[in-house]
Amino acid sequence: MFRHGYEDTGRRYTLQILQNVWMHLHPPRLPRHALNFRFTWCMGGITFLMFLVTAVTGVLLMFYYRPTAEYAFHDVQYLEFDIPFGMLLRNMHRWSAHGMVIAVMLHMFRVFLTGSYKKPREFNWSVGVILLLVTFFLSFTGYLLPWDQLAFWAVTVGTNMARATPVLGHEGPFHPHDIVTQSNDVRFALLGGTIVGPSTLLRFYILHCVAVPLLASVLIALHFWRVRKDGGISGPL
Amino acid sequence: MEHFLELVTKADNVPIMAIMFLLPFFTWLAFSQARRNDRAGTPAEAAQKDKVYVWPYLCRSEFVCAIIVMLILAVWSITIDAPLEEPSNPTQTPNPSKAPWYFLALQEMLVYFDPWIAGVVLPGFIIGGLIAIPYIDINPKGKGYYTLKERPFAIGTFCFGFFVLWIVLMIVGTFLRGPGWNLFAPWVKWDPHKVVPLTNINLTYLLGIRNDQTATFVGFIFVAGYYALGPICYLWKIKTSKFLQELGLVRYIIISFLFLTMFSLPIKMALRWGANVKYVWVTPWFNI
Ligand code: HEM
Repeated sequence: MFRHGYEDTGRRYTLQILQNVWMHLHPPRLPRHALNFRFTWCMGGITFLMFLVTAVTGVLLMFYYRPTAEYAFHDVQYLEFDIPFGMLLRNMHRWSAHGMVIAVMLHMFRVFLTGSYKKPREFNWSVGVILLLVTFFLSFTGYLLPWDQLAFWAVTVGTNMARATPVLGHEGPFHPHDIVTQSNDVRFALLGGTIVGPSTLLRFYILHCVAVPLLASVLIALHFWRVRKDGGISGPL
Repeated sequence: MEHFLELVTKADNVPIMAIMFLLPFFTWLAFSQARRNDRAGTPAEAAQKDKVYVWPYLCRSEFVCAIIVMLILAVWSITIDAPLEEPSNPTQTPNPSKAPWYFLALQEMLVYFDPWIAGVVLPGFIIGGLIAIPYIDINPKGKGYYTLKERPFAIGTFCFGFFVLWIVLMIVGTFLRGPGWNLFAPWVKWDPHKVVPLTNINLTYLLGIRNDQTATFVGFIFVAGYYALGPICYLWKIKTSKFLQELGLVRYIIISFLFLTMFSLPIKMALRWGANVKYVWVTPWFNI
């Protein structure tokens, strides 16, 4: 646009999309109904926006936060009281994470109500379900990191269910008594210990800051690619 | 009342408050369009199939939408601080200990089922069931527009799960559960020493069965009988129902299994609230 001046033509509009790697997520043209707020509620896009905000603010938070039991809580306190805009940064990260959960729920609700999971979008719906879980898991692993009472006990309650996993949990039905114990069941694998402790903090930190965001990015890319491959946004035939 | 107000104004519960406004709004938005489409016979979108350029039309909407959302987020982040309580202390368990709000429906299910069902098996079926939806719903109608009339069963079932078993349970877990995971009405003061008599008994005991083996067997009959409703309906209707014939046996089995499993939660809740039933089926290995 800046290099050639701006011609008001369809060719220009098309090139605007095709010649830009970011815009290229979009098709050059789409059916008019897809523009209606009433149809998509913009919720998929808002989910993605919230994901981007958490990613940017999250990277900034990582500069001030050390995932060890000695430092974690005090780093958060330090961030809140001594770092310019630290509190705002933390607030934005937390509330956009919550916002992402709300938006993804509404997005799923919209996709169901418009029957957009039907042929040929079956596979993309399944990708979406995995993305829903990934969103919850991102939120949940982040919940532990402030290392305060709220974090500690919410995660304790949340991970306690894992001990009841059939076969693989030490209190689950059908687990082999001599083999699956408190210190080698699935809950242990998740926590890195028999209770939530320093190794849990490190595990959740790595999951939260590296593994799960990577997984989410890959799946979101797949999700967007499928939206295009399945013929763009759904609509009446 | 004070505890309820404290919960309502808690920073981490703001999202749930937001949902309580957003969800009714979007539900109204969806169903008013569905009603309009059903009445008109053709969806409103069918008249808008002509193509428009993404640049500038869609990009402009996306831009405006992003700005509005960022504004809301900025105001939210400036006015409400993220919570930070005392440093974690493994020796001091808060009562009640609650999971984050989006997991509270799962925590709520723990009241009615043992942890291996409520925490592992049912969530597994929820995920598997959601993924299966497009493959078991073979109704070709209602694709890409809002409607109610053309897919009442699909929408009814989904909305029941979404609203009653997820949102309502989440709200109950957030606002009405107090110490000891007891129910407290909003205007009641939380009493950490509230004693709720544990009078729950097994269904078979209630029916007068005292022998363990018999109880296990009768419990099995109940559960098996419940799931047999699926095949029974199938055999009863297959001759006359064109829909069932098109659906096919495998899809039918999956749908009826998931459907019955979903409704086992409200049934168990009703049994618990109405008759203090603890378990329906007790075996030496697991209880349901
Ligand atoms: C991180 C989470 C997610 C992101 C960022 C995301 C993003 C998007 C976006 C931007 C669209 C384009 C249309 C729209 O905005 O509505 C879309 C469409 C779609 N999404 Fe998602 N989504 C996510 C999760 C989900 C979930 C949980 C589901 C369902 C279980 C889902 C299923 C679909 C389907 C089937 C479409 C195609 C809709 C149509 O063609 O009308 N997505 N998604």
